[in-house]
Amino acid sequence: MKVLVPVKRVVDHNVKIRVKADGSGVELANVKMSMNPFDEIAVEEAIRLREAGKALEVIAVSVGPAQAQETLRTALAMGADRAILITAEDAVEPLSVAKLLKGVVEAEEPGLVILGKQAIDDDCNQTGQMLSALLGWSQGTFASALELGEGKARVTREVDGGLQAIEIALPAIVTADLRLNEPRYASLPNIMKAKKKPLETRSPEDYGVTVARRLTILRVEEPAARAAGVKVASVAELLDKLKSEAGVL
Amino acid sequence: MAILLFADHDNASLSEQTAKALTAAAQIGAEVDILIAGKDAAAAASQAAALAGVRNVLLAEADALEHRLAEPAAALILSLAPGYDTIIAPATTTGKNVLPRVAALLDVMQVSEVTEIVSADTFKRPIYAGNAIEVVQSTDATRVVTVRTAGFAAAGAGSAAAPVVAVETTDAGAALSSFVENILSANDRPDLTSAKIIVSGGRALGSDEQFRAVLNPVADKLGAAVGASRAAVDSGYAPNDLQVGQTGKVVAPDLYIACGISGAIQHLAGMKDSKIIVAINTDEEAPIFQVADYGIVGDLFQILPELESSL
Ligand SMILES: Cc1cc2nc3c(=O)[nH]c(=O)nc-3n(C[C@H](O)[C@H](O)[C@H](O)COP(=O)(O)OP(=O)(O)OC[C@H]3O[C@@H](n4cnc5c(N)ncnc54)[C@H](O)[C@@H]3O)c2cc1C
Ligand SMILES: Nc1ncnc2c1ncn2[C@@H]1O[C@H](COP(=O)(O)O)[C@@H](O)[C@H]1O
Repeated sequence: MKVLVPVKRVVDHNVKIRVKADGSGVELANVKMSMNPFDEIAVEEAIRLREAGKALEVIAVSVGPAQAQETLRTALAMGADRAILITAEDAVEPLSVAKLLKGVVEAEEPGLVILGKQAIDDDCNQTGQMLSALLGWSQGTFASALELGEGKARVTREVDGGLQAIEIALPAIVTADLRLNEPRYASLPNIMKAKKKPLETRSPEDYGVTVARRLTILRVEEPAARAAGVKVASVAELLDKLKSEAGVL
Repeated sequence: MAILLFADHDNASLSEQTAKALTAAAQIGAEVDILIAGKDAAAAASQAAALAGVRNVLLAEADALEHRLAEPAAALILSLAPGYDTIIAPATTTGKNVLPRVAALLDVMQVSEVTEIVSADTFKRPIYAGNAIEVVQSTDATRVVTVRTAGFAAAGAGSAAAPVVAVETTDAGAALSSFVENILSANDRPDLTSAKIIVSGGRALGSDEQFRAVLNPVADKLGAAVGASRAAVDSGYAPNDLQVGQTGKVVAPDLYIACGISGAIQHLAGMKDSKIIVAINTDEEAPIFQVADYGIVGDLFQILPELESSL
């Protein structure tokens, strides 16, 4: 069975982004970019399945600009076997990403697609569910454990009240939550090896998909800032302030 | 301008998040129907019918809908979609699981985790862990929206109960997945997303025993919910459903007490809209102090017991 892992190139999670003064978006020039952290977890899970003999090949795919090749090389260095870049200059919305991924699924016929639960730039949390719907497949979202069986998989999901275990028919879509695993770091020899692994480049037209936006971004605003607070010296002073000044106790 | 609100509930009772999402729905338009998909869910339906501003409650009952798994729930919503121009749900784990499926099948882009309704087709939503706010306009024929409920007050009781209408269900989608079990955290505290006060602990708590021993007594005295940082959850000090942050729960209580939490942007994303923030941290440079109304530099293992005995 092949496992497909979609990986997105995003602003690194340690970067504190800035809103452009003219409200047209977020400043992305000279900002450190990395693989979406949830996608690292997804890649790790796929590689572990191959190492356990449950998957034959791990294919990483990214929709993005030419620089998303670096993200794919990271996936290859972690252990993915080959990669596909679908080039798109501007940010592509989850619905269009899902349509492109559907095209890749139809061409590659994987038994499982593992995505991140959420991209930390758009915070949409949609793409996996959309891909699942477009394919008419089952979905196990926000997974903190995944066990593959014959023709089905058991997924433990992180839900609002705790955990939920479900069984889903294969082929399936799984989206990775934080506790699914701890992704490995790529070793230097593996980074070197990754440079020679196959990486093919496609365009949205190859899949007959147009990536025109559906949501118009009217503007991007700075969030409301909090007024600076004070330090208090003692518990007694804190309680006094909470009661008399803040009125919350 | 009819709106379908996909309710969050557990068959026996309606979640408060549904009442909050109703407030958001009412800002879009006046004709709001609430969909209760479930099994033996008449109790949840009658609670929904009692809320103010509800046109109809649609009650869809089937074995496959008992746990609102994504595939059958989305198929049900899709069958009702032609009657509505907006489909909305609270951004709970159920709403987030189901609605994007509906959006894709309708060929529309979902607007996720909306914090403000600007107009019927224009919404504000946080991106980059809340470090920027996007104002987006949907050009799709049907709007599919999830609501981040922290910023919306719960709708109150109406003067007369709305009619509860049974809707036909099919077994579409039911074969794809099945429920095995819920491993829910036992919790007799207020729910994190509706609590007025939250006492939250981070990596500094050191172990699950200490997490409970130090935070619970304070939370008990305050009638507060307990929250946690990702580091505390990853380390096994607290269950996953207590995680507050960009990828956990988003909360806005009257009072949030952050204990031994450094204040990473991913954590702040989940709590910085709290009315009053208190931070307790040994490191006076910790970023949490930049958002705290009141900060105490010191050891939480001394300060929290002292706080508990002074309450
Ligand atoms: C994709 C992604 C998603 C994430 N999502 C979330 C999320 O949803 N929620 C979240 O919280 N994090 C999230 N994180 C993690 C986040 O970046 C931080 O790593 C995490 O919040 C740190 O937790 P912490 O503050 O408990 O631990 P630390 O950063 O280690 O801070 C511990 C603090 O305790 C203080 N301290 C130590 N001893 C004491 C003492 N005795 N008394 C008082 N203070 C003491 C220290 O000074 C320090 O400030 C996410 C990260 C990524 C990459
Ligand atoms: N441009 C992209 N290229 C590859 N994968 C993507 C892309 N956008 C989203 N994804 C995948 O979908 C997941 C959820 O993204 P989102 O729905 O945008 O929050 C991510 O974690 C990725 O696995």
